[in-house]
Amino acid sequence: MNEFLHQLLAGLATGGIYASVALALVMIYQATHHINFAQGEMAMFSTFVAWALIDAGLPYWGAFALTVLLSFGVAAAVEFIVIRPMHRAPELSVVVVFIGLLVIFHSLAGWLFGYTIKPFPSPFPRDAWYGSTLMSAHEVGAIVVALLMVALLFGLFRFTRVGLALRAAAQNPVSSRLVGISVGRMLMLGWGLAGAIGAVAGVMVAPVVFLDPNMMTGVLLYAFAGALIGGIDNPVGAVLGGFIVGVLENLIGTYVVGTELKLSVALALIIGVLIVRPQGLLGRRLVTRV
Amino acid sequence: MLNAPSPPGFLRSRGLWLAALALALSLVWFLKGYQLFQATMVLSYAMALLGLNILTGYNGQISLGHGAFFALGAYAAGALMEHAGLPYWATVPAAFCVCGGAGYLFGRPALKLEGLYLALATFALGLAMPQLLKYKHLEAWTGGAQGLVLMKPDAPFGLPLDADQWLYLFALAVALLLFWLAHNLLRGSWGRAWRAIRDHAMAAEAMGVDRSHCKATAFAVSAAYTGVGGALSAIAVQFVSPDSFSLFLSISLLVGIVVGGVGTLWGALYGALFILFVPNLAEKVSKAAPWAVYGVVLILLMFVLPGGVVGGLRKLQALARRRP
Repeated sequence: MNEFLHQLLAGLATGGIYASVALALVMIYQATHHINFAQGEMAMFSTFVAWALIDAGLPYWGAFALTVLLSFGVAAAVEFIVIRPMHRAPELSVVVVFIGLLVIFHSLAGWLFGYTIKPFPSPFPRDAWYGSTLMSAHEVGAIVVALLMVALLFGLFRFTRVGLALRAAAQNPVSSRLVGISVGRMLMLGWGLAGAIGAVAGVMVAPVVFLDPNMMTGVLLYAFAGALIGGIDNPVGAVLGGFIVGVLENLIGTYVVGTELKLSVALALIIGVLIVRPQGLLGRRLVTRV
Repeated sequence: MLNAPSPPGFLRSRGLWLAALALALSLVWFLKGYQLFQATMVLSYAMALLGLNILTGYNGQISLGHGAFFALGAYAAGALMEHAGLPYWATVPAAFCVCGGAGYLFGRPALKLEGLYLALATFALGLAMPQLLKYKHLEAWTGGAQGLVLMKPDAPFGLPLDADQWLYLFALAVALLLFWLAHNLLRGSWGRAWRAIRDHAMAAEAMGVDRSHCKATAFAVSAAYTGVGGALSAIAVQFVSPDSFSLFLSISLLVGIVVGGVGTLWGALYGALFILFVPNLAEKVSKAAPWAVYGVVLILLMFVLPGGVVGGLRKLQALARRRP
């Protein structure tokens, strides 16, 4: 029983990271109806930047803040330079541009920082202050950070003018333009936010999986699955989906098939769910008018 | 339109086909050893891309996991040669049938998934395939993580050709046959139904097109073509192993059809040339970060030619026609 609880909680901790990346994917999907396949690699690159800053002698939280800001800037710049010129191109061409971005970030990280696996510090204390051995302090911290990010984003979208403008630009760009919202700027902002969220997720996952250029490939896939299972147009659903995928992955790996096939089985399960409920758990059902 | 009459379409395209065929045949004598091997690989990738294009370009179903069918074709060929003693030429139709069946079985339940959801399902397939091939209970057939080593066939009937030349000719014959088949298939009732489903599924259904059957057959034909590509590549490389069919292969295939031109026959050939040669060229430009160069080339290409190479050529043709 204790073992089961341990696995469940560890699944929740990784689920928090999937949830963060899923949130970043939903941010961009809502605004542009594209899945950013480069999201994971961008987060990985951000994590390397954080590592380099800490290595250069910056205190942890200073490096953290600077990394999040830089990632925001880089992601917004990517939107402006690479994605915006493609807004009339066929969908598959945009997918290929994302693949191009993915290999660029992957290759640059390997070139600048090397392919050797590096340890990454955790900001949380080694010893659990709550006197339980079920979860490490880092796992608790990662979940708290993920939930905090959701709360912040929820507040931003629900209670601020910028949030309202962001939602408007995503839902109806033409009318938003008519009431004076700069849709282009909102898209950049959305991308920047996604980049920042990804950076936080990367920094949180790095102490667990160690830092190397391949660190986020699996995470991105799980996050994608989580976003779809929760509902790609619903941030809360995406976070929920991320947690579900994390728990499923861990439990299946431990109790059913072993680590060898856990990825395949988890994905097969997710697809099974989607066949029964194609819009995801909390997604809106799309009804087309003929 | 009102200018001098241009030659009828079939004549122009037939002339083009003949020129391309003559060029392809002459390569047997112009290229040597490794270059001929590369040419054979271009043909096998072109088969796989043609398959993916049938699904994505002509039927509008996106697949991020066609590497799985490529792997299945390669393993079908490898296992049949190794364990059943089948001659190499018989493994190609066998791979066609095996992958066609697998494609139909996968395509049938995946019918309910569209767009991104289908992308995820196929992505999962592409990811699961190498793991399944390594699975220890299948090791007797697949050779596990070590894979299978195959023999390169010699030219039959005492023809004065070496193994590379013969294999290239064999691949060329298979490619010609399949291109011809695809050309006719896409012009016929199946192709029309596939395109109708892609363009407006509901209208197509109202006209009496069976949507589920149509999508499943598109999946089957697509997988069969990709499987033939896999079988040809396995015979050419003389080796199959799970790690040569990573997700990266699936992604490369998708890149190939977009670069070549979505929904075009010739696009398969241009795409195959791109995914085979551009990574090598990128390595020559920068040893340190070749894939960064590849990515930049890819993005620039999409900026300049959003419709792929064939789309760009068509645009040029239209320009030339407007300015006589």
